Amino acid sequence: MPTLKIDGKEITVEPGTLVIEAACRLGVSIPHFCYHRKLSIAGNCRMCLVEVEKMPKPQISCNLPCTEGMVVHTQSENAKKWRKNVLEFILVNHPIDCPVCDQAGECKLHDYYLSESVKGSRFEEEKVHKLKKYELGPEVMLDDERCIMCSRCIRFCNEISKTNELGFIQRGNHVELRPFPGRKLDNAYSVNTVDICPVGALTSRDFRFKQRVWFLQSADSICTGCSTGCNIKLQHNKGIVYRYLPRQNEAVNQVWLCDKGRLSYKEINDENRLLLPEKKSEGTWQIMGPEGTLLELSQVLKEKAADSLLAIASAQSSNENIFAFKKFARALNAKAVLASSRREVKDPDSDDFLIKADKNPNSFGVEKLGFKKKASFSKAKVVLVLGEMNEADQKKLTDLNAELIIVFSSHKNSCSELAHWKIPVTLFAEEEGSFCNFEGRVQKFNAALKAKGQMKPAWVWLKDLAKKVGVEMKFSSAEELLKEGFKLDYKDLGVEGKVV
Amino acid sequence: MEKILTQNWSLKDSHTLAVYESTGGYQSLSKLFTMKPEEVTEEVKKSGLRGRGGAGFPTGMKWSFIPKDDSKPKYLCINADESEPGTFKDRYILELNPHQLIEGAIGCAYAIGAKTVYCYIRGEFMFPYDRLQQAVDEAYAGGYLGKNIKGSGVDVDFYLHKGAGAYICGEETALLESLEGKRGYPRIKPPFPAVMGLFGCPTVINNVETIAAVPYIVNKGSAAYRQYGTEKSPGTKLFCVSGHVKKPGNYEVPLGYPLKKLIEEDCGGMRNGKALKAVIPGGSSVPVLTAAEAMEVNLDYEALAAKGTMLGSGGVIVMDESVCMVKSLLNLAHFYAHESCGQCSPCREGTGWSYKILKRFHDGEGSVKDLDLLLEIADNMAGKTVCVLSDALAMPIVSHINKFRAEFEEHVKLGKCPLE
Ligand SMILES: Cc1cc2nc3c(=O)[nH]c(=O)nc-3n(C[C@H](O)[C@H](O)[C@H](O)COP(=O)(O)O)c2cc1C
Ligand code: SF4
Ligand code: SF4
Ligand code: SF4
Ligand code: FES
Repeated sequence: MPTLKIDGKEITVEPGTLVIEAACRLGVSIPHFCYHRKLSIAGNCRMCLVEVEKMPKPQISCNLPCTEGMVVHTQSENAKKWRKNVLEFILVNHPIDCPVCDQAGECKLHDYYLSESVKGSRFEEEKVHKLKKYELGPEVMLDDERCIMCSRCIRFCNEISKTNELGFIQRGNHVELRPFPGRKLDNAYSVNTVDICPVGALTSRDFRFKQRVWFLQSADSICTGCSTGCNIKLQHNKGIVYRYLPRQNEAVNQVWLCDKGRLSYKEINDENRLLLPEKKSEGTWQIMGPEGTLLELSQVLKEKAADSLLAIASAQSSNENIFAFKKFARALNAKAVLASSRREVKDPDSDDFLIKADKNPNSFGVEKLGFKKKASFSKAKVVLVLGEMNEADQKKLTDLNAELIIVFSSHKNSCSELAHWKIPVTLFAEEEGSFCNFEGRVQKFNAALKAKGQMKPAWVWLKDLAKKVGVEMKFSSAEELLKEGFKLDYKDLGVEGKVV
Repeated sequence: MEKILTQNWSLKDSHTLAVYESTGGYQSLSKLFTMKPEEVTEEVKKSGLRGRGGAGFPTGMKWSFIPKDDSKPKYLCINADESEPGTFKDRYILELNPHQLIEGAIGCAYAIGAKTVYCYIRGEFMFPYDRLQQAVDEAYAGGYLGKNIKGSGVDVDFYLHKGAGAYICGEETALLESLEGKRGYPRIKPPFPAVMGLFGCPTVINNVETIAAVPYIVNKGSAAYRQYGTEKSPGTKLFCVSGHVKKPGNYEVPLGYPLKKLIEEDCGGMRNGKALKAVIPGGSSVPVLTAAEAMEVNLDYEALAAKGTMLGSGGVIVMDESVCMVKSLLNLAHFYAHESCGQCSPCREGTGWSYKILKRFHDGEGSVKDLDLLLEIADNMAGKTVCVLSDALAMPIVSHINKFRAEFEEHVKLGKCPLE
């Protein structure tokens, strides 16, 4: 276990630890472009040069293992000068079109220029010009002039997606990034290259030019694209979600997301969101006020629920909502039958990395809470549905000819269409809660957006309705529901979630 | 002086096995196989042979870095990429004496425990390639290559691989990448090739001329080799003289040979009665010498280092008074900007930037402040990159400007080249 000194601070590290990592642990962040923890070391940008006593040449800290007694300086006159000079080189042929660059606000080159350099250019020659708009693939656009040749995107495709579609062509300052002949940057994980590109060379074709990043607010959340439950930062402004970024969770997605999951935010902004309660009367939908809804529903439920009750929870709802739903069904009718349904996708894709064939975020949770998949639905007069059912289950529901169907739904869709009542509920983006991923890892998501119209978390509707029906359900927050259902507090979940 | 590398060059059909055998070729093998591999390495160490590819690294020492207890295959890669401007010695060995290279390769392969030798040949070297391939075919047929060489139980296979026109593939780790079928990018070190070389296995990379010296050392012993050259730079070396001399060409002389003698006697002096202006003594990447410096320096590693330059590959570029030193530097900058592989920021941008400044400067649109900028760029490029191509331009920039500053300033004053 070598002990070394970085900027006067002592640290002992495991053998093999790189100086850049040891420095990071000491709170010293050494500027870098090409180095990325999850990728092989390229050592090409030369931004991370440091001065090491007794070593005659500048050293790149991203390829320098710590050794006993090493004395490293990152803030010596030399080290500062070296970084400044590398930045000067990188900027020689850089277009510096920050005002129109999508990366502005989260650009490493921009940041380091401000922290390490801030000086006028000495370059008076004509810059090398390259393509400003090259379609690398269906999701990614390249501005070759902005590329600083760090090769992170290439290494990502070689080492993480293992699809090997990118390479450099030409030499010297004419180097350009290109897919190999006949290929495109077209893989299930391609947009991660945009995340790791330190500059604005790679942009997401979905996100580019939609928002300046400094207007975005961010909430820690979970992708609902499949049962992996990748950790995300859900980024939004003025009630609209603009993008997901991966959030590090070494136990789940490391620092990556799949493209489909990343783009699944669109369902939150969907035009078909259900905003107000609606009641079907004589074949047409009639908008209802919240009080009237609670009143009318409580009356019909009191009349009919005692006969027979079927409660179907879908695997897209949170643990908290599903648990409240179960309690509600049981409170109305001790013999309520619980069933589950899943969203089904035709030809679901999956791989041995992140993507799972089960496209529901909470299949594990819904089963764990006692909702089982049923081959057929038992005869019931009253059916409560939480979330979206698959087509087969929708068919079974139609065949039941129930007297009262209430669907708690986030969207106007073929499932909520079957109901007599549809009640607008919030999505994971608008409420706090948790999902269990495929391996039973409970992971928390946070409210990012304000609920629109009369949308409420399902558990709030259910609690209010129960009260009107005359039964008391004792919980007043999502956290209390998780505690009762899973014996867990949100703080128990930590950064990696908790497997139950 | 006995010639070690060029002894056969003037013979008819010197490239054939028959002629090579008739002049004692392949005789080192019978001695070789009686020695232990470590003894071969030790003998090469004692001979003081240093790499002739440019860096001058002690050859025996390089071989001794190959781990002995590693079960992975070991490789010898012969560097025949020879693309350094002013250098044209390896191609003559390939063309005129290819069997000596093969014999040396067997010696090295035996010493380091390699069963496979790759020879990476510059892509434009069509004729040398054919010559070497013919020699390899003959050597296989004659039992000098392949399985159980001459009943020794030693196996050595020899493959040729053509480059695709990039100077950078002469850098040893870019060569390995290229040989593996990848883009010719120099690798970051560590790990060094002796531990993780070709296909991740222990590998020795040596220049053609280095390997061609091995049969003599094995045959006659290190002491015989040491009778030529100086104490610290033993042996003989090929110098490829180009430029304004009467008789340009390859000259094999003992190390420590006076440059003055090489130019004035061996090469017949300057052409057309013009005066000597400058000499680049070791291939295009080493610092230039003024005429005065050139006339007093000896051609060995130490003497050239004392003059602030290097022996390099032995490419001696002789320039007379008609040469514009701005143009000389512009030419070099053009080459290195074109050949930079482009991975390191200082090299990719520094070579291109320097070239553009020099171009403008040579066109008469420079200023004195450009010279200081160039010197600073050179300083910022040197010693901070993956390989030394960046330094290979930085050194000529510094030496050209510092030694011929007045000429650069003339360009500014006149607004044009004073020699045009
Ligand atoms: C840019 C660059 C180009 C080089 N080109 C060659 C070359 O063409 N031939 C060669 O033998 N060595 C070349 N070298 C040197 C090799 O990297 C390496 O040092 C040499 O092949 C080792 O062999 P040696 O020890 O026998 O000299 C080059 C080095 C650099 C940095
Ligand atoms: S596109 Fe971005 S990630 Fe890829 S090499 Fe260029 S700068 Fe690096
Ligand atoms: S793998 Fe699944 S959870 Fe992860 S980003 Fe893709 S869809 Fe979302
Ligand atoms: S110094 Fe130049 S040639 Fe060498 S690796 Fe770096 S960019 Fe390539
Ligand atoms: S981060 Fe170390 S060289 Fe790029």
